[in-house]
Amino acid sequence: MQVTLKVFRYNPEKDKKPHYETYKLEAEPTDRVLDLLEKVKGYEDGTLSFRRSCAHGVCGSDAMRINGSNKLACKALVHDFGAKITVEPILGLRVIKDLIVDMEPFFDNFRKVLPYFINDDPAPEKERYQSREDRERFDDTTKCILCAACTTSCPSFWASDEYLGPSAIVNAHRFIFDSRDQGAAERLKIMNEVMGVSRCHTVYNCTLACPREIQITKAIGEVKKALMTGSLE
Amino acid sequence: MKTHQFEVLVVGAGGAGLMAGLYASRTAKTAIISKLYPTRSHTGAAQGGVGAALGSLEEDHPEWHTYDTVKGSDYLGDQDAIEFMCEEAVQAVYELEHMGLPFDRTADGKISQRPFGGHTNNVTGKPVMRACHAADRTGHMILQTLYQQCIKNKVNFFDEFQVVDLLMTDGKASGVVAIEIATGEMHVFHAKAIIIATGGHGRIWEITSNAYAYTGDGVAITLRRGIPAEDMEFFQFHPTGIYKLGILITEGVRGEGGVLINGKGERFMEKYAPNVKDLASRDVISRAIYIEVRDGNGVNGKNYVYLDVRPETVNHYAAIDGRKRPDGRPIEVTGEEILGKLPDIVDFCRVYLGVDPITQPMPIQPTAHYAMGGIPTNKFGEVHADEKKTVIPGLYAAGEVACVSVHGANRLGTNSLLDLIVFGKHAGLKAAEFARGNEYQPLPEDPTAFAREQLERVKNGDGTENAFDIATEMKKVMFNDMGIFRNSKDMQNALNKVRELKERFKHVRVQDTGRIFNMDLINAWELGNLLDLAEVTTVSALARTESRGGHAREDYPDRDDQNWLKHTFAFVDGSGRIELKYQPVTITRFTPKARVY
Repeated sequence: MQVTLKVFRYNPEKDKKPHYETYKLEAEPTDRVLDLLEKVKGYEDGTLSFRRSCAHGVCGSDAMRINGSNKLACKALVHDFGAKITVEPILGLRVIKDLIVDMEPFFDNFRKVLPYFINDDPAPEKERYQSREDRERFDDTTKCILCAACTTSCPSFWASDEYLGPSAIVNAHRFIFDSRDQGAAERLKIMNEVMGVSRCHTVYNCTLACPREIQITKAIGEVKKALMTGSLE
Repeated sequence: MKTHQFEVLVVGAGGAGLMAGLYASRTAKTAIISKLYPTRSHTGAAQGGVGAALGSLEEDHPEWHTYDTVKGSDYLGDQDAIEFMCEEAVQAVYELEHMGLPFDRTADGKISQRPFGGHTNNVTGKPVMRACHAADRTGHMILQTLYQQCIKNKVNFFDEFQVVDLLMTDGKASGVVAIEIATGEMHVFHAKAIIIATGGHGRIWEITSNAYAYTGDGVAITLRRGIPAEDMEFFQFHPTGIYKLGILITEGVRGEGGVLINGKGERFMEKYAPNVKDLASRDVISRAIYIEVRDGNGVNGKNYVYLDVRPETVNHYAAIDGRKRPDGRPIEVTGEEILGKLPDIVDFCRVYLGVDPITQPMPIQPTAHYAMGGIPTNKFGEVHADEKKTVIPGLYAAGEVACVSVHGANRLGTNSLLDLIVFGKHAGLKAAEFARGNEYQPLPEDPTAFAREQLERVKNGDGTENAFDIATEMKKVMFNDMGIFRNSKDMQNALNKVRELKERFKHVRVQDTGRIFNMDLINAWELGNLLDLAEVTTVSALARTESRGGHAREDYPDRDDQNWLKHTFAFVDGSGRIELKYQPVTITRFTPKARVY
């Protein structure tokens, strides 16, 4: 089939402001949008710039707006979008070039939530035991690949990138609800700050955007509940 | 040009690089540079598990793991290094758990384990549960956990820095040159010890499970600095990639009872590996699929077969094989349980194939997957300058980029994640120890000269050739002629083609002339690496007149221990000429014998 691919373009070394370029391409309905971008880069315009690596939805490099919603370009197939596809950078982060945005504010927020295992007891000789139920409790939020699709779909984040954003809260949740971890109190304090979970107005954009199908709004709700009740039940 | 100074510098931020950085940073001023954000690294795509004889669910021993790995390597692995890895495995996995890694659990709360290809109970010869897993995202969990720990320990990161050269002073490592991708600026990292952990080069082949980033940068830059590449002819084709796309379908599917079915509806692995059937080594299964397809037994006459993990199929064959649960009850899995154990596989198949593995079989074909060969090292990650095991002071390598050699001619599933954590750790410790006892070497004069020269070449070609075409042609010929089965004529054809492509590559000119995120320039430079490694791979393969592990020759179908129980060392001189030398395999406890599954 023939696809008309409209791509957001911006070269800071040449362009005063962004513009769109349109490319007509032959494509299979099962092609990934990433395949189309590769084709444009290979044969039409070598200057087209975007991030990509694994090409099957696990590395989180290629989050972008495709026909208005945040997707991974490698997990978005042509037949899901039809013959007219528009590709733009994710919102709320500074565009550096074409589809590449500045990820630093996103990772800064990630680092703020103490996104690492805290347990100061001496480690046992073998593993720390954990029941299947306790392991299941935080399973959903272990899936995050830090692609930023959720955070950059969130109106509260668009308003201020000081807001931790859904992804950082997901990563806090992953540790807060891990029965082996001892840092919950400290993390909940961070969650309770002005730019923490109170900025979430349950718009559900994040949940819809997550390519890993993490129930993000639910996870944020659980963090809010823990703050209100003071309990991790 | 900016210059930085660190006692230990790690290049690459996948499992090996992060592990090395984490351990080195405890005692030395350490930085990790990576062309990707660390969590984008390909370790994150590893699925099924990390191998360690914990014995969570049944009897197991590091000695069994050692033997299985030696046998899996088709006796080309160095047995001292294999024994070291399998013994260190147990502690290394517990350490990951102590770092918070969310392993799946057994009913009594221990780390859960599943069977995997080639891992056996050495007494009964039956598959043993040795793969420690977190659903089918074990690599993701390892990568995230190690990155988290690096943040906790305040390791310095230089994200999106593309390494382009290794600096040597008087035969010792002294630094690396890297491009800051966001600005195009050259940076020199002056270091006492350098650890290369840049991963593999599976992008040489058309059908591949490997990330775009897997372009062999580490081996390519060290070859250009006169350091040899070991056993490059051994590259693993994983039997189960998604048809046409090559996306990996974990061996864990078969660990959970899935079977391979040909176009006639037969479970064909019974013919090729009567003992362990669908859990034979990867090279054995990839060849079996190739033969089935060649003999007209592909599905619908095409070049794929089915991987079937529907609950009714799993239960049917479990009953036939007499496999039972640990408590002795018959295996009766449900669709729900399959989904719980293999959620990502189900997702991949639904997204890319429109196939639901709970109710439909998955179309699969072998896919280029893993480099057994690479930069020669010993078990401490120290890089060898030659086949005589001369250590290069200050230079280390770990992970897929390195060849210790623990995988020999064929790697067992779950041993790659194990390799990363064990040898990443020891390279980190050894590099930090080296940094404590040694001064900085002076940097060479004009340290970026060689890097600039390489980049100028792709900037200033006459533009009559297109890099994309060259890459496409390379991948095709390497997949067709340097794939699962090889012969002299096809390999020679591949070599001629790759050499022609290397000539044509000189005419490539990148279109992007800017500095900021010039991916055009970086991708072209990466293609140069792939072409170099494709040539070294093919030359190494042509010379080896036997079949062993992943190197299967139609014209030399037998293993030849008399002449070929040795590692290939490929050197490239300044004019691009490749010279091959050899090093005997280290054999300690296991005398080579016929390899039957």
